[in-house]
Formats: sequence, structure tokens, C-alpha cells
Amino acid sequence: MFAELWDNYISVGAMILFGIGFGNLLLQRNMIKKIIGLNIMDTAVYLFLASLGYIEGRLAPIPAEGAVEATKYINPLPSGLVLTGIVVSVSVSALMLGLTVKLYERYHTLDLDEITTMVRKEHE
Amino acid sequence: MMDFFRNFPFFCIMLAIVSGPISSVLSGKVARIVSLTVVSICGILSGLTLWYVIGLDEPFIYKMGRFPAPFGNEIRVGILEALMATFFCLIMLLSLTGGMKYLKKDVPEEKMNLFFIMINLLLASLLSLIYTNDMFTGYVFVEINTIAACGLIMIRGWGRNILAATKYMIMSLLGSGLVVISIAILYGITGHLLMSNIHESVLLIVELKTYTEPLIVAVGLFSVGIAIKSALFPFHAWLPDAYSYSTCSSSAILSSLVSKGYIFFLLKFMCRVIGFDVMKKTGADDVMFLFGIAAMLIGSIDAIQQTDMGRMIAYSSIAQIGYIYMGFGLGVEAGLVASAFHILAHASAKSMLFVSANGLAEVSGESMNYRDLRGAGMRNRSAGVGFIVGSLSMVGIPLFAGFTSKVYFASAALEGVRAKQIITLVALAISTILNAMYFIRMTISVYTPEMNEQYEDRSFRAGALYHLSMALFILIVLTLGILSNPIVDWITRGLEQFS
Repeated sequence: MFAELWDNYISVGAMILFGIGFGNLLLQRNMIKKIIGLNIMDTAVYLFLASLGYIEGRLAPIPAEGAVEATKYINPLPSGLVLTGIVVSVSVSALMLGLTVKLYERYHTLDLDEITTMVRKEHE
Repeated sequence: MMDFFRNFPFFCIMLAIVSGPISSVLSGKVARIVSLTVVSICGILSGLTLWYVIGLDEPFIYKMGRFPAPFGNEIRVGILEALMATFFCLIMLLSLTGGMKYLKKDVPEEKMNLFFIMINLLLASLLSLIYTNDMFTGYVFVEINTIAACGLIMIRGWGRNILAATKYMIMSLLGSGLVVISIAILYGITGHLLMSNIHESVLLIVELKTYTEPLIVAVGLFSVGIAIKSALFPFHAWLPDAYSYSTCSSSAILSSLVSKGYIFFLLKFMCRVIGFDVMKKTGADDVMFLFGIAAMLIGSIDAIQQTDMGRMIAYSSIAQIGYIYMGFGLGVEAGLVASAFHILAHASAKSMLFVSANGLAEVSGESMNYRDLRGAGMRNRSAGVGFIVGSLSMVGIPLFAGFTSKVYFASAALEGVRAKQIITLVALAISTILNAMYFIRMTISVYTPEMNEQYEDRSFRAGALYHLSMALFILIVLTLGILSNPIVDWITRGLEQFS
């Protein structure tokens, strides 16, 4: 059991990081901390993906001189997925930060619970 | 010549994607025309695609880019995909035309083009979610869908819209995090991203009993992720604020299309990626069944307690999402057919209800409180008729779409295991009574003659566009109710093509 966990230590670490990020995004009341949680969660997924594609002792998938046989390189597909994922994550973080700025301008706090109370009072 | 039809799904997606960025430099008025044109063209092209694939024996694969199957990206078009695409375009068009008047009131002219960027991107992401054959492409468009929906919620610019959008974003991001890690795990154990290739590997995994635990984890994470995003009970807390405070077209589109796009992706995941038989072995269908039943009852109980019409309709969405998940959980093919039909039935009735609720509020001092709405059905007649038809469909009165889907749910339940039979039939009966309680109460309220003369302005005119949209909505709901046989045939054939 522990030997298996030790062998797959990158995957285990990625899953723990995913849990930390998920918990922060769900439970933190501060918007900025939530966004940090979101980024930890997404990064954990990239770590997991990158570790899937990595093969010990092989090179980065950039053919140096013409076409060389594929067995010398790591699997390039997960790296491509990570790049796509980063683009998605950046745009989502930007949108969340934009929303945070809007909320802060209006209610002068980053605490989501306080904002909810204020909004409720506004419409009573 | 006929082979040219194979390009249409790709044309639709590209048209919608390209028109989004273009709208950002156009004025609001031009952006509106562009967007309406794009939605109409996509609807027509999807309709032609549907007609083309009905004539074919099997779905066709459209290769995106130069690389063949295991590496390249693909679009796969079957009957069910084309049917959904056509229907989504139609509902989106009607929601836009029906809500156009309120859109001009709620959104300032200089921000109008932003609204239509979101509409175009939403259309692109919905079509891609429907057609794609690649899991990771699916994930990317799930995120685009979320971002566009967030824009639709906050376009009105009130404090509570921004708060609702923030809460929606947080829940959606939790959901997409689970979806992407599940796709990563699936890639890890199968080595593929294309749905058909993953399915072959999954069958091998099940046969060899090797990576069973990661497979179950991946199925669980994906289902929970999509359940959060489509607001299945108990993840529905964000939904009422997001749906009820946004502008008319936004609420109509959000409630009818956005959540359905995710659910359709889940349906593809269940049937095409994992396979329905393997899905049943993991036990995911029992979990979906239980939460679906719970959502049906709790959504309706919450809706009864609302005094605001918008919030009542929003809570009823939670109950209707529950129906769809219950159908997924029945564990028989007929349940999937019923759920797919309910996606259509609910989408048409719910968008019509939101458009008519806004029409009724317009003649009642912009209030959706049931006290202010008294007699509104007589002041704005087409909105009143629309509300009645929508309510009857939601309750499940014969001739209307909701009744047909309930019949299919009930007959699907009879094919399943005994425990699920009894629970489903009892839950359907209770849920129908609960639905009737709040929808009939609201309808009576809308048609109670108002004693004070405050709103007795008889000069109100709803506008030709509004009447036309309402008439078409009613026509769709009645068509789904009365002429359901060919549509159910197409859905059945489409689902057969899935496996």
C-alpha cells in the first residue's frame, strides 16, 4: 500500500494539492483567497497531467536535427493539454479578479458573506 | 453534393466563434443584427444537418485538421446531436426575440454589443459540446460556456447580479475542476482523449479488471462535476439568484440551454465514453437516481414557498433538472430517451415561462410579486396565455410537452428494477401535485381581476415581435406534446448510434 503511494508520489502530491485548492475555493470567505485556491487546484491538475506524460531519461519533444525516432522523446500530448489548461485557467482567474474588483468598488470588502448580507439589506 | 452537408456543423461552430470577437468592435445595434442572423443561420444549417443524418444509416465523423483518428480532433454528428443543435438554436432565437424589448431597457446601449458577444460564444460552446468527439475539447468549451453564462448573469450591472455571477462562477469552477481531473485520470488509464477510443480501452479495462478503482473515481468525479454545474440538488444554492435577477433573455437562455448543454455532455460521457452497461456497474446510476428524486421533491417544495414569480420559476428548474437525472438513473435505455425528451420539453416550456413572466411584470410596475401580478394576464394577454401554456406543460397536463415526458418517464420506470419502479411512480405523482400547487396558484393570481385601478391602463401593447415569439413558443410546446412520436423515434435512433 505505502510502497504504491511512494512509487506514485507525484500523483499523490497532485491529488493532495487538488484537495487543498478545492477546499480553499469552496470554504474561504475572502475572494482573493478563493482565487488562490482556484489556481492551486488548476496547477495540481497540470502537475498530474505533466507527470503522466513524463518518461524517465527521455528528452523534451523538440526534434533537434530533422525527424528523429519517437522513442527518444517524452509523450508530448499531456504537455499540450497543460498549455491549453493554462490558457483556460488564466482567463477564468482574470474574470474572477474582475468580479472581485467590481464587488470591492461597490461594497468595500472582500468578504463574500458580508457582501451577501449587504446585498440582502439593499433590497429589503 | 450531399456530402457538402457534412461541413455544416463545423460551419455553425466557426460562424458563432468568429462572430463573437467581431461583435466587440460593432455598435450594439449592428451586433444585435449579426447575432440574430448567426443564430438563425446556425438553426437552419443544423436543421439541414438533421435532415441529412436522418437519411444516413450511421453517424458521420468530421475530421478537424490534418491528423487522423487517435491524434487529431474530431466532430461526430448523429441524429441526437443534430436534433439538439437545431432545437437549441431555435430556443435561443426565440428567447432573444421575446426578451428584446426588456434587453433594451435593462442593458445600456454602449454595453449592448457585450451581451451579444456572450450570446455568440454561448452558442459556439453549446454547439461544440453537442458535436465534439474529444473529451478535452469538451472541457475547454465547458469553461467557455461558464464564462459566457457568467457574462449573461452580470450584464444588468446591479450589485446582486454581480454577486450572483460571482457565486455562479465559484460553484462552476469547482465543477470544472472535478471534470478536468476526471478527464486527466481517464487519459492516464486509457491513453486516449477521443471518446470512441476511450470507450474501447474502457471495455478492455473492465474485461481485464485492471484499473477498476481509477475508472470508478473518474466516473464519480465527472458526474459530480457536471451535477454541480447543472445545479442538481444539493448543489443548487447558486441557481435562484442567478436566474431570477438577470435580464429576460438571459434567464430564459440560462435556464433552458446552459444547464442542458452540460447535461448533454454527461449523456455523451455515459453512453459513448464509459458505456451504459459499465456505468451501471459502477453504481453511478443509483446515486443519480436518488439525488434526482430528492431534487424533484425539494425543488418543488422550495418553489411553493416563493412569493416572487421569477424565483418560483427558478426553483421549479431545480425540480425539472431532478427529473432528467432521475431518468439517467433508471438504468434502462428508455430512461435515457425520456430524459433526452425532457431536455427538449423543459427547455421550451421554461424559456417561455421566463419570457411571459417578464411580460406580466412589465404591466405590473416591474414587480414579480404575486400580489402585484393580480390581473396581469388580462393586461398583457399574450404573456398570460404563454404563462398558462407553460404552467400546464410544467404540471403535466395532456396535450402539452411536460405530459409526454412524464408518460415516457413512467413507462421507462416500469422496465427497471422493482424498487425504482415504485419510488419513481410515487415521486412522479407527488411532484405533479406539488407542481400543480404553485403553478395553478400563480395562474389564478395572474387572472384574478384587480380591484384597485392602479394598473388599469388599457393602452398597453406588447409589440409584434413579442406576440410572434410567444406564438412560436406555444407552437413548440404543443408540437412536442402532440406530435412527440417522430421526435422520440429520432432520439431512440440517436441513442442507439451512441453505443
